[in-house]
Amino acid sequence: MDSFIQFFNDEANLLLIYLLLFTVILGFEVISKVPTVLHTPLMSGANAISGVVIIGAILLIRQAEPGDYLTLSLGFLGVVLGMVNVAGGFAVTDRMLEMFKKKKR
Amino acid sequence: MIVDFLINIAYLIGALAFVWGLRLLSSPDSARRGNTLAGFGMILAIIAAMSEPIEGASNNYGWIIGAIVLGGIIGLVSARRVQMTAMPQMVSIFNGLGGACAVVLAYAELVPFYSGGTELDTAGLGIVMLALFIGGVSFTGSMLAFAKLQGLIWDSTLLLPKHNVINMVLLVATVGLGIYLTATGSSAGLALGSAFMVLALIYGFSFVIPIGGADMPVVISLLNSLTGLSAAVTGLIYGSQFMLVGGILVGAAGTILTVLMCDAMNRSLVNVLIGGFGGGGASAKGADGDQVAKEVTVNDAAIQLFYSNSAIVVPGYGLAVAQAQKVCKEVDELLEANGVDVRYAIHPVAGRMPGHMNVLLAEADVPYPKLLDLDEANDALKSTDMVIIVGANDVVNPAAEDDPGSPIHGMPVLKVWDAKNVIVLKRSMRPGYAGIENPLFFHEKTRMLFGDAKDSLSKLASEIKNL
Repeated sequence: MDSFIQFFNDEANLLLIYLLLFTVILGFEVISKVPTVLHTPLMSGANAISGVVIIGAILLIRQAEPGDYLTLSLGFLGVVLGMVNVAGGFAVTDRMLEMFKKKKR
Repeated sequence: MIVDFLINIAYLIGALAFVWGLRLLSSPDSARRGNTLAGFGMILAIIAAMSEPIEGASNNYGWIIGAIVLGGIIGLVSARRVQMTAMPQMVSIFNGLGGACAVVLAYAELVPFYSGGTELDTAGLGIVMLALFIGGVSFTGSMLAFAKLQGLIWDSTLLLPKHNVINMVLLVATVGLGIYLTATGSSAGLALGSAFMVLALIYGFSFVIPIGGADMPVVISLLNSLTGLSAAVTGLIYGSQFMLVGGILVGAAGTILTVLMCDAMNRSLVNVLIGGFGGGGASAKGADGDQVAKEVTVNDAAIQLFYSNSAIVVPGYGLAVAQAQKVCKEVDELLEANGVDVRYAIHPVAGRMPGHMNVLLAEADVPYPKLLDLDEANDALKSTDMVIIVGANDVVNPAAEDDPGSPIHGMPVLKVWDAKNVIVLKRSMRPGYAGIENPLFFHEKTRMLFGDAKDSLSKLASEIKNL
């Protein structure tokens, strides 16, 4: 319990909690009314954004010792996985949306 | 100093690009720009992460660039090659990879922690455990969803007796071990930490096993939301506000879709997760056997359609399986040329992912003002001459309206029986997902046209041409 209170009283953690709550609300507000046409593109676009984990993987590799092959390999795997998610996700979403656009004319 | 400032600004702009991009993505006119904007935000953040000054870091840029190039090529090539009909599978795989990435990162924190190389306080350790858990569940869950969508695994193959009980025990064991590890600290050892990861991976797999068929859109949205959360939690490990914001936004988008899909089936999420459909084999009306479905010949169907004023096509998963979207559009064009008003009725959970039918019909160049959503369609159906059902089943089942004993009772459906005539294109009389009998097939207005959807539609097209 003490450590919990301590965690909450820490200024930096508190800011993080604020950020978290506001982002949740912002997210729901921004996306709340999605028409059916856009369900799939929204999902796959959001999916691409979830590739932000790649940032963590990049930082992991950068901080690793050059001889620490375990960490380097894990980081490498992380960047590859994240990058497939990011590149593939945005590309596939764009391909879908291109079809939607074409037939509007 | 100035470098730090620029880096921080880059992350900030990146996060704003995500928010604004998602906003644009939720409106048809601006969606494509929104996607591009979000992609731009991501590139900016990757550049920032590469150039952020880290004291005493050895950087290892070779490893990073190699991985980025490799991942980028795999991603772009598969995104370009994939068939539009295989879109649910592709989305599942990409989604799973994000979760896998979170698992890898969390594990990379655990290894030095248990060998005494780094220190983590209780909150920090708890966050790592959480990332491992959510990421693991979304990874193996998505992979199983992929295998099911690809037809590699049948919905019931892996189902164990009392599967829901097993899932519950597994969940309690996994979460319990996670809490124990968090409380114990580094004395628990890497072996137990690894065991926790394995448990999370098994649970992700196991929790998707009972869910299948028509419930797929729900589970895909849910997994999407979980991957977002795992990214957000991983952001906490690295103290990155940018990752936190990105991950939470995805979590919100996934949650909204999950709720929309559940609403469209009038079921709660819990009900979907325990695989509520069918189950005890609740006896539905119309299974008496003395009822006979009336068939129609291709020729008669073509004549009926040709001389009608309006027609509504109801597509379902069968359209995707048969890859019949382009032939469907051909029939549409032929009828339109002869003065028939053709539109499409899209049920929110038709297909295997949210918006599945819209993507398929868009690929076939069907203009989207012709697509009616549930309420519009139910209004329009009252004054429609012909309804053509292509591979849809549960979403047009009248039992949802008038049979309280039916497992899908209460689910909003397309009331195709309000139209004057209904033609059902179907492979056989086999019931749809979970074996729910569909009284629509025995309805007095209904005629069955048996055969592969693509095949039947192309025969229809050539008959109409000859009229």
